[in-house]
Amino acid sequence: MSKDMSYEGVIKRRNEIMKKAVRIDYDAFESEGIAFDYEEMMRKTGYSLQEIQKIQGRTGVGNTPVYELRNLTKLARKFAPKGKGARIFVKDEASNPSGSFKARRAATAVYHAKKLGYKGVIAATSGNYGAAVASQAAMAGLKCIIVQECYDSRKVGQPEIIEKARKCEAYGAEVVQLTVGPELFYTFLKLLEETGYFNASLYTPFGIAGVETLGYEIAMEFREREGKDPDVVVATNAGGGNLTGTARGLIKAGADDVKVIGASVDLKGLHMASDTQFNKKSFTTGHTGFGMPFATWPDRSDVPRSAARALRYMDKYYTVTQGEVFYITEALAQVEGLERGPAGNTSLTAAFSLAQTLDEDKTIVVQETEYTGAGKHIQPQLSFAKDNGIEILVGNPKDQVPGENIILPKHPKLIEAKEINLNKLRKSYIKNAIKNNKDKDITKKDLEFLAVETKTDIEFVKEILNELDVKY
Amino acid sequence: MNISKKGDWVKVYNVVLKEGKRAPQVPDDTKKVPLEMWVKGFLLNESAKIGDIVEIETYIGRKVKGELVEIQPNYTHSYGKYVNELAYIGRQLRGILEGGEINE
Repeated sequence: MSKDMSYEGVIKRRNEIMKKAVRIDYDAFESEGIAFDYEEMMRKTGYSLQEIQKIQGRTGVGNTPVYELRNLTKLARKFAPKGKGARIFVKDEASNPSGSFKARRAATAVYHAKKLGYKGVIAATSGNYGAAVASQAAMAGLKCIIVQECYDSRKVGQPEIIEKARKCEAYGAEVVQLTVGPELFYTFLKLLEETGYFNASLYTPFGIAGVETLGYEIAMEFREREGKDPDVVVATNAGGGNLTGTARGLIKAGADDVKVIGASVDLKGLHMASDTQFNKKSFTTGHTGFGMPFATWPDRSDVPRSAARALRYMDKYYTVTQGEVFYITEALAQVEGLERGPAGNTSLTAAFSLAQTLDEDKTIVVQETEYTGAGKHIQPQLSFAKDNGIEILVGNPKDQVPGENIILPKHPKLIEAKEINLNKLRKSYIKNAIKNNKDKDITKKDLEFLAVETKTDIEFVKEILNELDVKY
Repeated sequence: MNISKKGDWVKVYNVVLKEGKRAPQVPDDTKKVPLEMWVKGFLLNESAKIGDIVEIETYIGRKVKGELVEIQPNYTHSYGKYVNELAYIGRQLRGILEGGEINE
């Protein structure tokens, strides 16, 4: 009896609790040193694409429509050099049962939990994933608990997160709401231990494999309607699962030449675990506060090895500003007749800018949208920002300071995605891999692993190791 | 409504970690405040008033103790106040698409 329920005590039992709650023997894929066998992990513990299509098909997930955004394309061409302005398409993931692409991840996680005989599922998420797990659990007849980081110490909650709590409760889930802080993980572990439920983590192999159908569907749809693969697919990037799964799906479809581009909202300067800054941001996901740390160290997630490894698949990475995404969200409603949630339009904002650099006969696909509603909409989110001391301006979005103002572009031609130096992120990833490596020597296997992990080559890895003065 | 009876849908409150007991990696402003938690469920006590320590059964059947802070909690999130700064966008875009207005 009397288990140590203190913070330190519970965190110490982390591995033991997680093993019971996900039942994956992660050690089986580990070897000495930095490397682990990612593909083997995906093969052994995930599901095949065909199995996932079946699982998702049973619950109405996937096969979402693709729309061509003709007016946004026309608009982009007005500002592009002659002959430039790729055709912009969007995959309307909001039409999934729970209103976002997260239904794909949840469908496989909940299916797996049910198959293993768990009575319920728990997920730690303030985002659309909670609603997705709750919706799938409702279909599967499993119990569901969602743990949210929701309020600051004044008990002021992000309207977007409160809306997601409402949606989870609508599906019969229990929602545990917390104030700001990474110790959410402590509460999460205690709940897993107390209930014996399954950890429907965003980062398990089956969760990520669930997104593969998204990339696969895009390739198939384009072959059917355009007779070729799309040229560019843009994915909003936070924890990396959206981009990873989509890219893997494209590869499984044989669409190897498609450029996969990540996009995040720039929240530079805001600390994600800060109580006073929590309500200074207008995006609770899809931003650099998740995108950067997870790209440069994916294994910071709630499972020992994350299946979401964005740097493996990313060809380029861009940021856009909060004001630009709000503008594009309004544009999508006003000229395309599609009212969707702001966070999902992060990649659309980047695509609108990138289309202007690509030839007119090229195609660029935005691979998701999300539902919108009270709290989760430009109007309440900007109104909330004002109430929290953020200045809303109309001007040049380049002048923005996250946490101080939001600048709506005075003119759509001012919307310009900013490229992030991927090599810097790759270097930072390698640094983290070295730092977290408990074994001694860097082997040839490690070099190869790091090259694949960073989508570079051994020469690049060696160069970085030389810079870091690490022997290999 | 300050008095709640058995079976009412209520919200309870708990402090998970007191200030000063927060995790070491937490930034300073967060260290100064407790980690707080709210859970909703059906009241199990015969009756209780706001501020009492009570026990609830959550919608999925889990039992949780905590301070009663709300009786029949409702959602108050909305579409917010009118945001005048957004008003120009639709007309601007339609203008550009129709007439080729390009000026700033």
